[in-house]
Parts: sequence; C-alpha cells; structure tokens
Amino acid sequence: MTSLDKSTDVATLGHGDAPLLEVDDLYVEFHTRDGIAKAINGVSFHLEAGETLAVLGESGSGKSVTAQAIMGILDMPPAVVPRGAVRYAGRDLLTMSPKERRKIRGPEISMIFQDALSALNPVFPVGWQIAEMFRVHKGMNRRDAQAEAIRLMERVQIPAAKDRVRSYPHQFSGGMRQRIMIAMAIALNPRILIADEPTTALDVTVQAQIMALLQEIQEESGMGLILITHDLGVVADVADRIAVMYAGRIVESADVLPLYADPAHPYTEGLLASIPQLEQKGKELYAIKGLPPSLLRMPDGCKFNPRCSRAQDICRTDDPELREVVPGRWSRCHFAEEVLGD
Amino acid sequence: MGKYIVRRLLQMIPVALGATFLIYAMVFSLPGDPTTGKCGERNCPPEFVAAFNEKYNLDDPLLVQYGKYMGNVLQGDLGEAQSGLPVSEELSERYVITFKLGGMALAIEAVIGILAGIVAGLRKGGFLDALVLVSTLFVISIPVFVIGNVSQLFFGIELGWFPVTVPFEPSLFDLFMPAMVLASASVAYLARLMRSSMAENLRSDYVRTANAKGLGPSRVVGVHTLRNSMIPVVTFLGYDFGALLGGAIITEGIFNIYGVGGYIFQGISDQDGIAVVSSVTVLVVIYLLMNLLADVLYGVLDPRISHD
Repeated sequence: MTSLDKSTDVATLGHGDAPLLEVDDLYVEFHTRDGIAKAINGVSFHLEAGETLAVLGESGSGKSVTAQAIMGILDMPPAVVPRGAVRYAGRDLLTMSPKERRKIRGPEISMIFQDALSALNPVFPVGWQIAEMFRVHKGMNRRDAQAEAIRLMERVQIPAAKDRVRSYPHQFSGGMRQRIMIAMAIALNPRILIADEPTTALDVTVQAQIMALLQEIQEESGMGLILITHDLGVVADVADRIAVMYAGRIVESADVLPLYADPAHPYTEGLLASIPQLEQKGKELYAIKGLPPSLLRMPDGCKFNPRCSRAQDICRTDDPELREVVPGRWSRCHFAEEVLGD
Repeated sequence: MGKYIVRRLLQMIPVALGATFLIYAMVFSLPGDPTTGKCGERNCPPEFVAAFNEKYNLDDPLLVQYGKYMGNVLQGDLGEAQSGLPVSEELSERYVITFKLGGMALAIEAVIGILAGIVAGLRKGGFLDALVLVSTLFVISIPVFVIGNVSQLFFGIELGWFPVTVPFEPSLFDLFMPAMVLASASVAYLARLMRSSMAENLRSDYVRTANAKGLGPSRVVGVHTLRNSMIPVVTFLGYDFGALLGGAIITEGIFNIYGVGGYIFQGISDQDGIAVVSSVTVLVVIYLLMNLLADVLYGVLDPRISHD
C-alpha cells in the first residue's frame, strides 16, 4: 500500500474488495464495581454502500453498545475493548488516534439517537447545532453554515425552515426533532449512518414518515445504513439484511425475507411469534419466557439455553458457533437445521 | 419579558412591606429601655424620656409607629438615628464599603467556585475531585467567625500578608482578606453545585451527540457542557449576593469594617429602631432586586424557561 496522506479522502482508499464497514470479532466490556460486564462478545458483520443492515435485539442485547463502539463514543473507562477491529474502508478505527477518529466521526460515519429531545442540546438553536458541523469540520463562517443548516432543514422537510432555524429543540414536535437529528447527521454526506432506535419515541404514523425519509435519503446518497431496533415491524420494509443479537452476540444473520419466512434460531423464532397477529385475537399473546442473562454472569453453554424450549444437554455445556446453515444464512444454534426445517 | 419584570416589581411591594413590618415589630418588642445610658450614670429625667418618646413616636401603638415611619420612608426620608444623624447619610457612606466587600466576595466566589467545580466535575472520583470535596466540606463545617478570626491571626499577624483590621476608607487590597472570609462558605457551596452540575451534564445525551458529531474535547466540554452547567450556578450567584450582604454583618464585625453590618449591629444594641429598620429595608430591597435579576438571567440562559 502506498503511504497514506492525511488529507487523502478516505473514500478513495477503499479497495474493491474491502467492505465499507467491517466489524471483526468485537468485544466490549464494562469494568464496574460489581465485576466485568461483558456487553459485546465477538460480534462480526459487514456493511456495503447503499445497504441497510438491521441490528435487532431486546434491551441489553448489546446493539447500542455495538453502535457506540463503531462511533467511538463509548465512555472509556468504564468501557474497554479488549479484542476486535472496526474497519472503515479497510482502516481500523480502533487503532486510530482520537484526532483522526474525530475526522471520521460526523463527516464519514454519523449517528442519530432514540430520543431527540435529550440528544439535542437544549440551550442552542437547532440551526446553530446543525451549522456546527460545517463550522467545525469545514471551517465555514457563521453565515454560510447557517445557510447550509436551512438547506438541510428543507431537505428533511421541516416546514418554514428559514423561520424555524433559530428555534430551540423544545419548540418542535417529536417527529420534527428527529428530522433535525437526521439533518445534523447527514450534514456532511457521511457514507455510513447509524440509526439507534430512531423511531422508538415517536407515534406510529410519525415512525413511518421518519423511516420513509431515511430510506429516501439513503437511496439518494447511497450511504450504508445500520438500523438498530427492537421493532420487527420497522425492520421488515426497510432492511436488506438482519443481524439478531442476544447477550452481546449475533445469534442469527440473514436476508430479511428468508429470516421472516423461516427463522434459523429459536430466539428469532420466539421474537417472530411474539408479534401480535389479527387472527390471534382473543388468545393469549406469546412471550419468550424468562429474562436475558445478566452480563455479569453468563450461563454456561448456549447463552439462550435457559429460555429455549428446544434446549438439550449439549446446549447447557457446549457454546455453539455462529455457522452458515445454508448459503447466506448464519445461526448460532446446535439445532439450526431443525429450527429452519420447522 | 417587560411585563414579567413589571409584575415582579409589583409583587415586591407586599414582600417589602411585610419584611419591614416584621423587623420593625421585632425591634419594637426588644426588652429594655431605649433611654438607658443616654444620660450618663443615672436614670434619665422624666422630661427627657417624655421628649425622647415624643420625638420617636414611642408612645404610639406599634401599628401607628410603623405607619408614621413608612410614611416618611415613602417620601424618601429614612429618618434620624438616635445619634441625631440622618440614617440616609450614614447608610450611603457605609453601603459603598459593604457593596465593595460583597462584590469582591461574589467575584471570588464565582471564580474559585466555578473553576474548582469544573476541575472536580470533569473527573468525578479523581484526585482533584476528592480534594475539592474534602476541602469544601472542611470550609462548610467551620463557622465564619472562626475562619475570620483564624485568618486574621494567621495571615494578618503571623505572616503579615494582609492588614489585620480594615481602615476607615479601605482599598481593595485592605478588603481582600475579609472578602475571602465572607466568600468562604459560598465558594464551597458553589464549587459543589458546579461539580455536580458538570458531572451530570457530562453524562447527558446531548454531550454524547456532541461527541458523535466529531467535536474536539474542548468544544464538547467548553461549549456544550459548560453552557448547560452554568444555568443553576449563575442563578445561585444572583441569590447569593443578597446573602453575602447580610452575612457581611459578622465579617464586618471581625475586621472592624465601617459598613452597614456594623451599623445594624450598633442599632440593635442601642434599640435604635429607625437605624435598624432603615438599613434592613435597604437590604431587603437589594435582595429582592437581585432575586429578580437572577430569575431574569435564568430565562436568558435557559431558553426552556419562558418569562412571558
């Protein structure tokens, strides 16, 4: 490889074969007073330009921690990354200096959060907060940056953007606030956008609008989108591939349609079964029994075995590997073929 | 905003009336005879007592006395102290000095308190944090008259860095040690307030967003965190200025400062109702105005607070 000039656009560095983003055997631990909480235990996935990867899991499954590790915004300490790599266009982000990393964060990879009211700074106008991206990363003056902020607010369909650029976050509705977050995240045309539960705090109708907006922006810009959610309904229409996380690991990964049609892991099977269906009206709703394991005290063998209806002796002793069951379908289950066959 | 200020100013009227009446009533009900000692080593002759009572309306019932007094105050006449000097003249000289002292104490409080709070809040649980916590606890635990007398002894007499007492017309340097003493407890409270405010905001979601935007640490802390952390601190400073002026009574006593505190103290021991009530009335009004200023500042700093 030729020597890397710092000013070189990272986009030109990507080799034909290197994925846009590659998370490779990532581990994240939190060193707490009660012990070491193993939040992420060997997560690997990749993302291509223009692709939408949904990361699905319940609270505490490690999906948000994964996102924050990619962004490099984990609080260290208490967080520690003992192993693994996060390669952006072939370059490992985890070994970069903080300064280099900041040049990627925002301009190349950006992120939107669940609750836009708390994620936006309450004491600065929204336009100021969007314009800050241009002022800090592009060295733009106030007026030009403000004009860019208005352009972006129009782009995310905020009515009367020009008049509202000086308003504060609390003066917007939830949906409009999330649009502001999106405007801020896409300000510098990042190649990857990580959306951490972007619609969880919103009404159902507004959820659909926000998802449509994200999809539209993605189609226009060709960026890769990582959609973190616990909502199977949101995922189905939008995502290309799904990675299901449980206890800090990916337990199943597949294209959307095959996964919905026929899951290859008991956990995914349980998740799909818990979606309320109209024909079930009057019957009891299905729920996966038990609770996710404590990150401080993981069970032996398969981490899902205490809650799994298919668990056998081998599940309580041997931890299964994530393996390709059929081409393009990965599952971390000793009996993946049987689950897939049902 | 204008309407809000007018409304607040109007609300001050009953508060000021109530406060002055309470003070008037308390001085009125002090035991003892105000003419004691006015006539040397003997009881005053009845004619003197009668004239004295007549002059200060002491024979009237409390409410009438108070009414007569307030009538004069509203006409801009703060009355005459028992020494025969007009209170307003005395106060205008003394308030300059007390304001200087209070202002210096406020500046010291703001600078040291905020800096110590930032340093501690940035690394919660670190060495500097522990240092700030322990030292502020130490300062809060010691009464101000002990701090005052000890620093007088140590910095004034032993080390000779500062004048032990303050001359009649003090320079800023003369007032430095008294201002430090006056500010000591407030510095400690403010540092702790700033510390917890910083630490809380550093964990907030919008600071995480600021990091996700790729901003440098100086911008994340200096712009995004600091601005939010300052909201309760600035408000506290506004309220505290009135408290500092009141607290100056003790500090002025220790350092023999020719300020309002000494005047009030003298007035209480002489049962000089006019002097005490007039001085305190001015204090009350300043205190109310500072509270209003703090509330207005709160609205300016935090756009979520609306004063409409």
